[in-house]
Amino acid sequence: MAKRDTPEINAGSMADIAFLLLVFFLVTTTMDSDYGLLRKLPPPLPPETVEPPPIKDRNVFVVLANANDQLLVEGEVMEISQLKESAKEFIANPQRKEDLPAFKVEEIPYFGKTEVSKQVISLQNDRGTSYDLYIQVQNELARAYDELRDELAREKFGQSFQYLVDTGQKKKVSAIKDVYPQRISEAEPKNTGGN
Amino acid sequence: MSKFKKDGGDKDPAISTSSLPDIVFMLLFFFMVSTVMREVELKVSIDQPEATEIEKLENKALVNYVYIGEPLNAETYGTASRIQLNDAFASVKEVGPYIETRRAEVDEAEVPLLTTSLKVDKETEMGIVTDVKQELRKVQALKISYSTREKMDADKF
Repeated sequence: MAKRDTPEINAGSMADIAFLLLVFFLVTTTMDSDYGLLRKLPPPLPPETVEPPPIKDRNVFVVLANANDQLLVEGEVMEISQLKESAKEFIANPQRKEDLPAFKVEEIPYFGKTEVSKQVISLQNDRGTSYDLYIQVQNELARAYDELRDELAREKFGQSFQYLVDTGQKKKVSAIKDVYPQRISEAEPKNTGGN
Repeated sequence: MSKFKKDGGDKDPAISTSSLPDIVFMLLFFFMVSTVMREVELKVSIDQPEATEIEKLENKALVNYVYIGEPLNAETYGTASRIQLNDAFASVKEVGPYIETRRAEVDEAEVPLLTTSLKVDKETEMGIVTDVKQELRKVQALKISYSTREKMDADKF
């Protein structure tokens, strides 16, 4: 009997098959991962609500956005680019001004007795406000908090706030968050734009 | 005279393509691993706003999507902003039941982790978004994410 060679399988079309699969996956899939601003909505109001105690004017930073996408911040017209700086000044109140938020002394790990601002940012928008402006306002306010936290983290721990978050140093992160708690309150919706 | 000169035959040697399938398979596996199946067919046009202070949504199995924007097929559906849940248009009233059905599908322990991702076109008026948010509050779906694109911020770097 003659010695039989195992015939070689022609692999030339293998590439075509693989390409076909590749194209299929390219078409049916998306690469994008979902990024976004994470927020927590307030729980629904019970039907008979007790009026919450009023918050002093000096502790509230009022941001109004109207149907024409104009901003009114603390009674003054403002551009979106200025919002972050004025929010930062409000939250930190570095000169302890009388018309900016009051402070309450609290015991915070790592920091000991610290003055914590009683600040609240109140955001109110109209039904006609564009979503783009709303997101920008949310973003600028978040940036104000983030920058203050970052400054504090660098001063206290010598590391950026993001680094502390990324490396999972939860205690330090929560201590910093206790010093600058993010309090953005959204008013119950109103229709003031007349449309 | 030259030693290296080939004698005769100007034929190019055939390039071996036997490793081509391997290369393509490598690409294929990369795409299979790094991508997810497109979840729904969008019926509204969504151009997301840009933001810098964004976080990545983890665990996509626990995310419910609500799409709001102008219908792609404006001749049939008009240009007013509409809400899309799954593959169909929906009214504001249907958002609550949608969240509840999704909630019933997941493990009880994971219910608090459910996040609602609002994918909203930037030209949308806040009215409809506010309505959806009020509806979400009613069904206690309080974790939300305003889906945005990442903006390259000059003064951050």
